[in-house]
Amino acid sequence: MISALTRIFGAHNLALAEDVVQDAFRRALEVWPMRGVPDNPSAWLMTTARNRALDILRRQRTANTFAPELGRLLESEWTVAPVVDEVLAAGAIQDSMLRMMFSCCHPHLSEPAQVALILNILCGFSIDEIANASLSGYAAIEKRIVRGKKVLAESKRLFDTGVPADFSDRLPAVQRALYLLFNEGYHGTSPERSVRSELCNEAIRLTAVLLQHPLGKTPATYALAALMTLTAARLPARTDSSGNLIALSNQDRALWDRKRLIEGTRLLELSASGNEVAAYHIEAAIASAHAMAQRVEDTDWSKIISLYDALMGINPSPIVALSRAIAISQRDGPERGLEAIDAISNPERLAGYPFYPATLGELELRRDNRKRAREHFQMALARARNATERLFFEQRLAACDVASPRPATTAAFWEPHLAPIPAADSDED
Amino acid sequence: MSEFLFLFRGSNLQARSPEQMQESIQKWVAWFKELNEKGVIKEPGNPLDRSGKVVRGHGKDVHDGPYAEAKDLVNGYLLVETATIDQAVALARGCPIFEDGGSVEVRPIMKF
Repeated sequence: MISALTRIFGAHNLALAEDVVQDAFRRALEVWPMRGVPDNPSAWLMTTARNRALDILRRQRTANTFAPELGRLLESEWTVAPVVDEVLAAGAIQDSMLRMMFSCCHPHLSEPAQVALILNILCGFSIDEIANASLSGYAAIEKRIVRGKKVLAESKRLFDTGVPADFSDRLPAVQRALYLLFNEGYHGTSPERSVRSELCNEAIRLTAVLLQHPLGKTPATYALAALMTLTAARLPARTDSSGNLIALSNQDRALWDRKRLIEGTRLLELSASGNEVAAYHIEAAIASAHAMAQRVEDTDWSKIISLYDALMGINPSPIVALSRAIAISQRDGPERGLEAIDAISNPERLAGYPFYPATLGELELRRDNRKRAREHFQMALARARNATERLFFEQRLAACDVASPRPATTAAFWEPHLAPIPAADSDED
Repeated sequence: MSEFLFLFRGSNLQARSPEQMQESIQKWVAWFKELNEKGVIKEPGNPLDRSGKVVRGHGKDVHDGPYAEAKDLVNGYLLVETATIDQAVALARGCPIFEDGGSVEVRPIMKF
């Protein structure tokens, strides 16, 4: 709704659009308890917001400049109501969301800022909620959002999704932001399960909007949607009743969401048209390989290793190399895994990443080199980013003193390529 | 550039079914969008209610009105800006009012 209203008021009046929506919700809180919730609450909210928007347009007709692309159509009774209704119509709302998504991925903004802006404007998350779901504090998120809104306001109009060249230029940034949004939910640091699922669902919803657009439904977008859907299918099995993470190897696969697995497989098939192979294709194929295995013993590690090889070819990074080393250790034992980790080039990029030493510790523990394992886990503990991670590494340290320790039980250990490495806050000027 | 007032006369939106009204409104909006894109709208004007008051005569008497013949009743206005009256007339010809038997009066703004 905010996206659509911003199309009417102009990007420089984003705050006005937010006020109108907030106003509609406030009206609902006043009216609904007395008169009952209407049959169609969202239509009620929409009508209330529409009328409020018309009030503002009529009152400030000459005092204010609104969306430049609508020009003078908002100034006269000939057109103001029909044009507002057109922009607020169901189909047009999707289009506005798309425009807003592209506007949020402005090249002047850092990736974390783009994600924060999407969460705030398109998903309706408060600064508090965003700060809780990510590694950054309230002040950093607030700064990102304020700056992001300023950049939006400077452009006055929302991104025009009707220009094919511009659309295709910015599409990768939008895909990337949605990918990061999903990862924040799936692998983020918030211990709150509901928040994480919500982030994953929002990412899937926005990707679906992207797939509605003829220029948006590229093979890479389908692959991204497949990756998200296949991975999200595991959400119900991913935490125990007290919110602790359960490793892929230990999950009750009967809890996996069948509908999502089927949908994800369908999306993966759709992504295979054309010659383009994006990193998303390969990550989706890896997720699919895990989904295909009824039991963890059935996992086709050779296939997964070759997919990581392909991923290294497209998008080489130490974190992908680490994931590949883990897959190798699954197939060929801890020694081979450790060799693969030794061979990682520029490991210094993993310096702040606790699961790097944790993986080393895990493999050392598996070949019964407890002294080395303990050192690695201590290093991991020193780099832990939150209470959940701290608790986990403490448990692994304790496991070094047990006669026959059980293997690690954290999802991050198994799929580090999905885990976001905390980026330096490059957007703070 | 010169300014021309369009006076819309004699089309009655209210006299028709909601569907017909909706269709007619869409045509009007489409026409306005066209004018907006051409950048010829000087003042977008407004539609007018069909009844009001008329103040008339030396006694400044107030009457209900205007009660003109329906086909002559002014029910809206718009100010455009074009180089010549012919261009303004060409724009007026795109107005959907003619489908309802109405007319557009194109009047140059007089400059003293």
